[in-house]
Amino acid sequence: MSDKVLMKGNEALAEAAIIASCRHYFGYPITPQTEVAAYMAKRMPKIGGTFLQAESEIAAINMVYGVSSTGHRVMTSSSSPGISLKGEGLSYMAGADLPALVVNVQRGGPGLGGIQPSQSDYFQATKGGAHGDFHMIVMAPASVQEMADLTVKGFELADKYRMTAMILADGTMGQMMEPVSLEYDIKPMPEKPWATTGTKMQRGHNIINSLSLVPEELERLNFERYKKYEQIEENETLYEEYMMDDAEICIAAFGIAARVSKNAVNEARRQGIKAGLIRPITLWPFPSAPFKKASERVKSFISVELSMGQMIEDVRLATECRVPVTLCNRVGGMIPSPEMVLEAIKEAAKNGGAR
Amino acid sequence: MSTTQFLFAGFGGQGILFAGKFAAYKGLMNEKHVSWLPSYGPEMRGGTASCSVIISDDPVGSPIVSKPDVLVAMNLPSLDRYEDAVATGGTIFVDSTLIDRKVKRADAAVYYVPATRLASDNGIPTLANMILMGNILKVMNDFDEDGVNAALKKVISAKHADMLEVNLKALKIGAEY
Amino acid sequence: MVVFEKPYALTDVPMHYCPGCTHGIVHRLVAEVIDELGIEGRTVGIAPVGCSVMAYNYFNCDMIEAAHGRAPAVATGVKRAEPENIVFTYQGDGDLASIGTAETVHAAARNENITIIFINNAIYGMTGGQMAPTSLPGQITQTSPYGRDVTQCGFPVKVCEMLSELDGPEYLERVAVNNVKNVKNAKKAIKKAFQNQLDGKGFSLVEVLSSCPTNWGLTPQNALKWIDEKMIPYYPLGVYKDRSAAKEDTK
Repeated sequence: MSDKVLMKGNEALAEAAIIASCRHYFGYPITPQTEVAAYMAKRMPKIGGTFLQAESEIAAINMVYGVSSTGHRVMTSSSSPGISLKGEGLSYMAGADLPALVVNVQRGGPGLGGIQPSQSDYFQATKGGAHGDFHMIVMAPASVQEMADLTVKGFELADKYRMTAMILADGTMGQMMEPVSLEYDIKPMPEKPWATTGTKMQRGHNIINSLSLVPEELERLNFERYKKYEQIEENETLYEEYMMDDAEICIAAFGIAARVSKNAVNEARRQGIKAGLIRPITLWPFPSAPFKKASERVKSFISVELSMGQMIEDVRLATECRVPVTLCNRVGGMIPSPEMVLEAIKEAAKNGGAR
Repeated sequence: MSTTQFLFAGFGGQGILFAGKFAAYKGLMNEKHVSWLPSYGPEMRGGTASCSVIISDDPVGSPIVSKPDVLVAMNLPSLDRYEDAVATGGTIFVDSTLIDRKVKRADAAVYYVPATRLASDNGIPTLANMILMGNILKVMNDFDEDGVNAALKKVISAKHADMLEVNLKALKIGAEY
Repeated sequence: MVVFEKPYALTDVPMHYCPGCTHGIVHRLVAEVIDELGIEGRTVGIAPVGCSVMAYNYFNCDMIEAAHGRAPAVATGVKRAEPENIVFTYQGDGDLASIGTAETVHAAARNENITIIFINNAIYGMTGGQMAPTSLPGQITQTSPYGRDVTQCGFPVKVCEMLSELDGPEYLERVAVNNVKNVKNAKKAIKKAFQNQLDGKGFSLVEVLSSCPTNWGLTPQNALKWIDEKMIPYYPLGVYKDRSAAKEDTK
């Protein structure tokens, strides 16, 4: 019999964070990610960690900023409207080169929107998300196991590159239960000689700061940060290819949309249509290479999204518009059905890629 | 290669999510791939509740059940809403204490179980969900006591270990109906 | 014989403050207290957004620059992660009493074991003299050119009075730095606010009435007088909360 346990995505993520030696969590209640906070509230006091329900999302991200300044692993989680409030802190953390894990269990928007699943924060997550030039490492889990795995990876990458890693999930990933195994080989945390832990009168003072009033200096910092981003694009891009060997129609989808699309690809194959799927796991850096490669061969791409078409822009950029890229989407908390995706595949197959 | 998609639906408070969780664990005990996905809404109590459970020989694709192979309807609005969605040749379990109409679908196997009445007759009024579950396991040829016990132990936390026995009792009542 | 020295906790970086500004005095008082308590090696300071934004260059201890108003939240994170360290924020009135009101109130409500030095000079200095949450009724600023009209922009926020209604905070005192006697009192209050943290007593805030001759349009000397004549009557000096002392009294 299986030793695996069923866990909700939100809970698996929270436990994985603890396993990754995160001992500080700050958050504010918002559906559909509140289980993360509830889980941390139960666990942290028992392991000498901090759980603090902050007065706002703004306060929570700034508490994260404070802990991160001391070099400890720290996280916060929220859902779309709350992430907007955290935007200020995310920009400051980018400017101060501070590592942290931030989780967005997305819901439909804009505004207060709804509480059902969505992927409409793709732009916000991958194109910066607040003022100034910066990126976060953005990872999109498509299973409960990945909710946990990418959390562990997120902490490691955040520390490695001194920047925010974001888990961009959705209500489905947060709420669903699947078997999960939480066995990890946690690498030791890198040295953080920059941390503000007190000089102990042994060194000059460390300063955590995002202010730089000399334009030449601020320019240099931006250029340096973007060199780091280039390294990440080179080394940390993650994706999954499914039935892409001989595919003529390629679906681009992440998270829950990729799960739905897999069903559609399977059904299309049964009906004799050569469909395949590229599932970006890192949304930033975006896995442009497999899309570019596929564009030399496939007849068309279909971007399946729970948004009005956000990732589709990156697919078009990656494929340099060589072949048509169409959108198959539901929004507002609705999720495309496998049947709907299958129809889109059939339509694309019928058109032979031409529009 | 087989996949069974379950949809459990009823009022909040009937133990819809719990029954679904048990079904998922039972599948896990059978070494299957499983997923469990609840509906969630702004209300904490009452209202409608449903959950999608998938048990499969293969990794589960979409966890959302839109064409259930097995519909478990514990109230009339749920039957009204989901009856037509049931896959051709699917199975429908009905709590016939709370649903007084017959299922219209001719292509589905239908089992009427007066689960709520059986529950109150047996002094376990909150366990109509598990009585239905017991009946489902019997119909699906999946009622092995070891597996049932193992799944119950997973789904009932150690803190509530005293609930194991009554849940097993409910499952047996359903299986024997 | 050396009669006057720079505190060790201050760096050699020349301060950017305007002539006659009292930020320099308060920086010095904080540094003297850090020296006297021997805590520089384990002190982490949080600088705000405002005139003292570059305070991180002036203190020798580890320093963090926070977003506008968020210093108490950042301090909360630092203190929770490293409870043995001594954490202080240094914030102006716009930072603490306007954009950061929520962070201030809730850090106080939690009795977060941190020290806050709150500079109240009734104006936004760094951006060039706009109305602050603490600008006095009738006070002329760039954004209240006809004088602060309380029917339009409301009344000043009296931070010590407001926070004293909370059960959370340990210690709240308002001081001024416009004459020798007041400066001495200010130092006593600041030292107590740090000592409280060392003793694990909790949230301690010292509000310091300060001058801004540049944006008030006054000479440094007249600015100090303005504190006496205008500010202190509206913002009375004194201890607004001292929970431990109150407990002693009732024994």
